[in-house]
Amino acid sequence: MINWLSQVASITFFNLRTIPHRKGAAVTAAVGIAGVVAVFVGVFSIAEGFRAAMTVAGPDDVAIVLRSGSDSEMTSGLSREEVRLIADAPGVARMPGGPLASAELFVIINLPKRSTGTDANVPLRGVEKAAAAVRGDIRIVEGRMFEPGRNEVVVGVGAARACSGLGLGRAIRVGQTEWKVVGIFSGGGGAAESEIWTDAAVLQPAYHRGDSFQSVYARLTSPQAFQEFKDALTTNPRLKVKVLRQAEYLAEQSSMLTGFIKGFGVIIASLMALGALFGALNTMYSAVAARTHEIATLRALGFGASPIILSVMVESLALALVGGAVGAAAAYVAFDGFQAATINWQTFSQVAFAFTVTPRLLTYAVTWAAAIGLLGGLFPALRAARLPVAAALRDT
Amino acid sequence: MRFLVLVWNNLKRKKLRTSLTLLSIFVAFVLFGLLCSIREAFMAGVSMAGADRLVVRHKVSLIMNLPVTYGPRMERIPGVESAVHWTWFNAIYQDEPKNFFGSFPVNPEPFLAMHSEYLLPEDQKQAWLKTRTGAIVGRTLTQRFGWKIGDRVPLTSPIWPRKGDQAWEFEIVGIYDGAQKGTDTSGFFFRYDYFDEARARGEGTVGWYFVRVTDVNRVAEVANAIDAEFANSPYETKTEPEGAFAQGFIQQMGNFTTILIGILSAVFFTILLVAGNTMAQAVRERTGELGVLKAVGFSNGLVLALVLAESCLITAVGGLAGLGAAWLFAARGSPIPAILPVFYLPTENVILGVGLVFALGLVAGILPALQAMRLQIAVALRKTD
Repeated sequence: MINWLSQVASITFFNLRTIPHRKGAAVTAAVGIAGVVAVFVGVFSIAEGFRAAMTVAGPDDVAIVLRSGSDSEMTSGLSREEVRLIADAPGVARMPGGPLASAELFVIINLPKRSTGTDANVPLRGVEKAAAAVRGDIRIVEGRMFEPGRNEVVVGVGAARACSGLGLGRAIRVGQTEWKVVGIFSGGGGAAESEIWTDAAVLQPAYHRGDSFQSVYARLTSPQAFQEFKDALTTNPRLKVKVLRQAEYLAEQSSMLTGFIKGFGVIIASLMALGALFGALNTMYSAVAARTHEIATLRALGFGASPIILSVMVESLALALVGGAVGAAAAYVAFDGFQAATINWQTFSQVAFAFTVTPRLLTYAVTWAAAIGLLGGLFPALRAARLPVAAALRDT
Repeated sequence: MRFLVLVWNNLKRKKLRTSLTLLSIFVAFVLFGLLCSIREAFMAGVSMAGADRLVVRHKVSLIMNLPVTYGPRMERIPGVESAVHWTWFNAIYQDEPKNFFGSFPVNPEPFLAMHSEYLLPEDQKQAWLKTRTGAIVGRTLTQRFGWKIGDRVPLTSPIWPRKGDQAWEFEIVGIYDGAQKGTDTSGFFFRYDYFDEARARGEGTVGWYFVRVTDVNRVAEVANAIDAEFANSPYETKTEPEGAFAQGFIQQMGNFTTILIGILSAVFFTILLVAGNTMAQAVRERTGELGVLKAVGFSNGLVLALVLAESCLITAVGGLAGLGAAWLFAARGSPIPAILPVFYLPTENVILGVGLVFALGLVAGILPALQAMRLQIAVALRKTD
């Protein structure tokens, strides 16, 4: 056993030391794998970032109520009467000022996107007084909150960054009226940061919405109160609504785009991995071929087959891991935190997000690299081990 | 031609290496083909836009409606030939949100006249004019749900409830095809008169208008005239050429598409680098042989050509096969019709791909080929390994 280990160690060490003599092939194998890893991380960091922007962290005690049959706030509609019934339902947290529920309108407005200068659909949300308290993570970072009843808006940091003309003190035009930007808010990195908020009562007439709303956001007394709240609403004959946890709703809203990106990410990464695998195989086969003599000599000296197999695989794995590490590092530097904004077709509106390279993603990527390395080394290693000693030594 | 045998035999010498190189080039070009198809799928709206058509929408945003009376008013503006309206219906089949597709109430005759890119047989057009609840469906959409003429389909719309909250009933009376490969045939069109009478709210409003101008050169002027006509009304408009309108949608996806394409290009070139190096290596190994060829009288130019031919042959076989595979894949139709209704590999991308195949062959082969050309016979023959 000790002997076997020392055999493995000595051949492996010998192999690794000779890599500099095969620089060209070794570097291309590593670069090929680095490319796969970089692209893998890059594509998936888009999906991760988008998902992160759409979901909220923290306790899941916020519920959203929509008209039944609607798949997003955009297509939902609730009357004043329904909204009142929802806010009064059991399970909703209460403050001295009333229930922690906000009836909201969700529309879009066209504003020029900073990166292209062309119109983008920016979500414009009409909210009630309790909206910030319901969500819990809304902070005004600049300026102040809008005053109810006035043509004033506050803008999420993501929206302010993605669209021009949303700075403090600027004005946006809706039809005949001008609304002043009086504040910038952050929302814990969530979807609200891509939105513009104003008073629902001001937004209703501007969008010809009469006295109707589209959704109700409610903070519950506890995450467990959700079932009670939901049952109370769905069994109420005067309401035809569907009740979702906010996290559930947001995950659903981002499912199409993240699914799309991930689907393509997997296809692209698999194809690339295949290409890189062929590259790695080629490198290792020629590495083995170039050392036919040495390997046969080792066998003649009494080295076993398994140390030789292992040594070739370790070499291939080492190349793959170096390539993988370089690719992952490059992707991290290039993509992590990259600010982007795209349209979410499910809400028909812009979502600002940052590419996010998570540790989990890096682990996956390096695992891919290692798998390519092992597969790429396996067949050449078997060939090396099967070399007929006498023939290989004779062959010049 | 007789040298082709020599080139071919050289490739056959290390079968394993040749096939691995072939495969990696193959993969690179499959990827290239797919990338081009996806890009085209996103850009289809722009490349198919009619040059003489304008899109008129509510100035604040597309989700806000315009009065149906704007149509005749626009047709009175000089330079406007005709105006037809579309409305976003957001139909869902079988109450399943993922069974969602583009559906629009329109006025059949003006609609078909405006959108000549939709080909509908005359008898089906007549049937549509006769059937109040009739609808015409694009070819790809019928394939998605297995619909055929005569089917009755109940649909729901979260935006447009029907009076009495029943489902909307439609009878499929026609199936339209696209006039060109890139025409979107994933739409569902039904009659506005039926829609307007049965909807629970919003009577007399439509989503947006397509306007055909009489003179393509006056597009900008007519667009301004339309917006001026409705300025300072409760429903102000924004008018732009159809191409710009479609472009705007793509811009909304923003840098995202550019980034995706950037990443994919990186992929492509990484794989090419791997393949290119292997070929260079193959040539380097044969220094001695090349010396022999020169010694027996092969000219420098011929040696250069031989090496280049070898690398071009290998990229041609792998690359063309890859392009072919991508083309076949795209020809089977869209892998995700719900998101990318149009999916094909455009001819100009195939040509670009073929160009890239040979460029790759030349680039990968040129350094070794130059080396081979400059070899001094004595040095080459002395070199034994």
